[in-house]
Amino acid sequence: MSATFLLDVRDVCKQFPGVRALDGVELRVLPQEVHALLGENGAGKSTLLKILAGALHPDRGEITLHGVRLEATETPRERQRMGLVTIYQEFNLLPFMSIAENLYLGREPTRRGIIDWPTMYERSRALLASLGLNADPRREVRHLSVAHQQMVEIGRAVAQKAKLIVMDEPTAALGSREVEILHTVIRELRTRGVSFIYVTHRLDEVKSVCDSFTVLRDGRYVARGDVRTVETRDLVRLMVGRDVEFSKRMRTAPLGETVIAVKGISRARDSSGRHAVALEDLSIEVRAGEILGFAGLVGAGRTELARIIFGADHCDRGVMYLKGSELKPLQSPRDAIRAGIALVPEDRKQQGCFLEQSIGQNMTLPSLKRIARWGIFVDEMKERQLVEEYRTALRIKMANSAVAVGTLSGGNQQKVLLARCMALQPKVLIVDEPTRGIDVGAKTEVHQLLFEMAQSGMALIIISSEMPEVIALSDRIVVFREGRISGSLEARDATEHELMRLMAISTAATPAREAAV
Amino acid sequence: MSSRTDVVAWLRRYGTSLFLLALIVFFGLENSRFLSMRNITNILTEVSIYGIIAVGMTFVILTAGVDLAVGSLLAFAGMSGACLMRAIGADYSLSWLVALSTAIAVGTLAGYLQGKAVTFFSIPPFIVTLGGMTIWRGATLILNDGSPVAGFDANYRWWGAGSIAGIPVPIFLFGLIAAGGFVTQRYTRYGRYIYAVGGNPEAARLNGLDVPAIITSVYLIVGGLSGLAGFLLSARLGAAEAVGGIGYELRVIASVVIGGTSLAGGRGGIGGTIVGALLIGVLTNGLVIMHVSSYWQQVVIGLIIVAAVAFDTYAKSHR
Repeated sequence: MSATFLLDVRDVCKQFPGVRALDGVELRVLPQEVHALLGENGAGKSTLLKILAGALHPDRGEITLHGVRLEATETPRERQRMGLVTIYQEFNLLPFMSIAENLYLGREPTRRGIIDWPTMYERSRALLASLGLNADPRREVRHLSVAHQQMVEIGRAVAQKAKLIVMDEPTAALGSREVEILHTVIRELRTRGVSFIYVTHRLDEVKSVCDSFTVLRDGRYVARGDVRTVETRDLVRLMVGRDVEFSKRMRTAPLGETVIAVKGISRARDSSGRHAVALEDLSIEVRAGEILGFAGLVGAGRTELARIIFGADHCDRGVMYLKGSELKPLQSPRDAIRAGIALVPEDRKQQGCFLEQSIGQNMTLPSLKRIARWGIFVDEMKERQLVEEYRTALRIKMANSAVAVGTLSGGNQQKVLLARCMALQPKVLIVDEPTRGIDVGAKTEVHQLLFEMAQSGMALIIISSEMPEVIALSDRIVVFREGRISGSLEARDATEHELMRLMAISTAATPAREAAV
Repeated sequence: MSSRTDVVAWLRRYGTSLFLLALIVFFGLENSRFLSMRNITNILTEVSIYGIIAVGMTFVILTAGVDLAVGSLLAFAGMSGACLMRAIGADYSLSWLVALSTAIAVGTLAGYLQGKAVTFFSIPPFIVTLGGMTIWRGATLILNDGSPVAGFDANYRWWGAGSIAGIPVPIFLFGLIAAGGFVTQRYTRYGRYIYAVGGNPEAARLNGLDVPAIITSVYLIVGGLSGLAGFLLSARLGAAEAVGGIGYELRVIASVVIGGTSLAGGRGGIGGTIVGALLIGVLTNGLVIMHVSSYWQQVVIGLIIVAAVAFDTYAKSHR
């Protein structure tokens, strides 16, 4: 009976020390369908994906692919040969090798034992073209944008003749337009007979690209169904067990004076590819108690400007005023922090957390100077007080502050980073992607915290790829397009449609951009 | 609760100490001379000289770096001190002070230069210190044309053979420096910064840390400690030798690594390093007492380094 399903997962259990990660999970995927796997962080999605990929062995349960029972002892490589390919959030590409080499790694076409480069390039070109990517297969992967690297990953799966492609949060690092392209490719591959398991936190995508869904909660199977017959609201309820909606900001206090003003920031394109977009004449200002939203596609200049304000990257021209007095050009984040500017970076793991270090150490690192005796010895009493103060204020769930940050859920990690910035008592706080990759419940909490911070008189800059989030959080929104500010609007007048119009690239420019790759 | 994972975690934490204890018991039963006061003092003095450097090396490795030049630098700094002292004229009671301060100053300066090369030119520390390893050795040979400098007075030799409150001076100093290193690592801002830089350099920068300065400082520290060790070794041997400290880089790095500090940075600490240094000292001495040839000693120590790291990696993947 299970033969009608492409993938049939039954009663899978997995126990980790101290946690039951999966408890009787089931998952059924039909041929030629895109199946959404939904659940909050900690629901067990990642564990299930690893079991499917062969990277973890289940304690119990049965998995069949195409009616063939999968053995627990199979390696990821064997699973791939059977047609089950997993694309993780962190890609498995070799950055210094060409696109073609990545596509055919380990399966290079050969002639008399020697790699047949012309054939390999020819096939790569055809494969990329079928995915709508006009790129030179000899190009090194590290020069590609995230979206294009993802296409190479998908291309590799196709080259392996995958029947089932598992994608873990494929759109977490993509802008709206890139998401559209990805969805087009997924639909196209579906017509060619490929099925997908699609893990995402963006529920609007489920409606637009998926056919069916399975929801997990706390390691257990909760529900499955047809996407057409379910409301997004119901999905949320299934995931969290309650109703959640982004609440808009209700600002009570009037805005204060201008805290930070940035005028005429410009930066030329960098030929090395580190700064791919030229920034032209960017000016913004934020007042005390205000939340300014930065909207735009990835690479349009939002994160770039934030990093310049924070001193993490240089700029060619431009001036900054903090509370009316001109700031000397910031050479480093160190200068920025001293001046009272703090940043929560977009990439929690790479740029934010010290995963091996304790929660307490992560939280107090930039504030140590303030709580050190004679500037040298960390005053552990004061440190504990500080950690306790912000743990309570931010409602961080943890056993104790000596636990490594890497063991926390994404939402709690994000709160630790927010706490770290708050402990600096900054005048300006920049939060890049405040809720990327964290579950719905934690999102609302983080939003609430950001509101509270603005309420206390801080000037906030929020960058988000999720339009509903920018609209809900901001008082005012600045929209970036290709290194320029394409518009600025009051959040109460903003609609997703209007934002999209300001963000989107005019259709005439599209082919040129593709050709440039 | 999986008991196997608990056992692995426990072993990871105490395995090296347990192994050290087992070795001591084994050698003690094997030969009664091993646990004599004299032999213990002997082992500890031996351990102290490279142990002092290992304290600094722990900081270097915590920042995900490494310093291969410590053995050569030890010889260079020791030789510099002895040469300068001789040049001034070694016939006054504080002449050792010239040698000591010169050795430490030379070591510190050389370490600083290596650190600057690592941070300013972004050259991998492995390469910089590989270069340093031959540069300082060559410079030592140039200084006195390859011959040793000997003929130190009693005040100088006190640093190698004398004692403070019944404790031989090198051991006393090692204890002091190890304690200082531990306090730095555990209780100071600087210690936290070292872990942060090693754990995630980009995040450290975004948290306002001066990453290049911190990295430079750890090479400076290990350089200064190498200088001190060079002085102590010359005082112990009664001569500053151009071939002094050959192979010390191996013993020092092995102490740190066996002690559980990760070469990837950000994890480990001085406590483990001290156990690691003792383990190497006990093993070398025990094998000598058992009349195992020095050729085999090298094989055994090499195997233990690989086994220690292999176990650590295994334990990490099973937590």
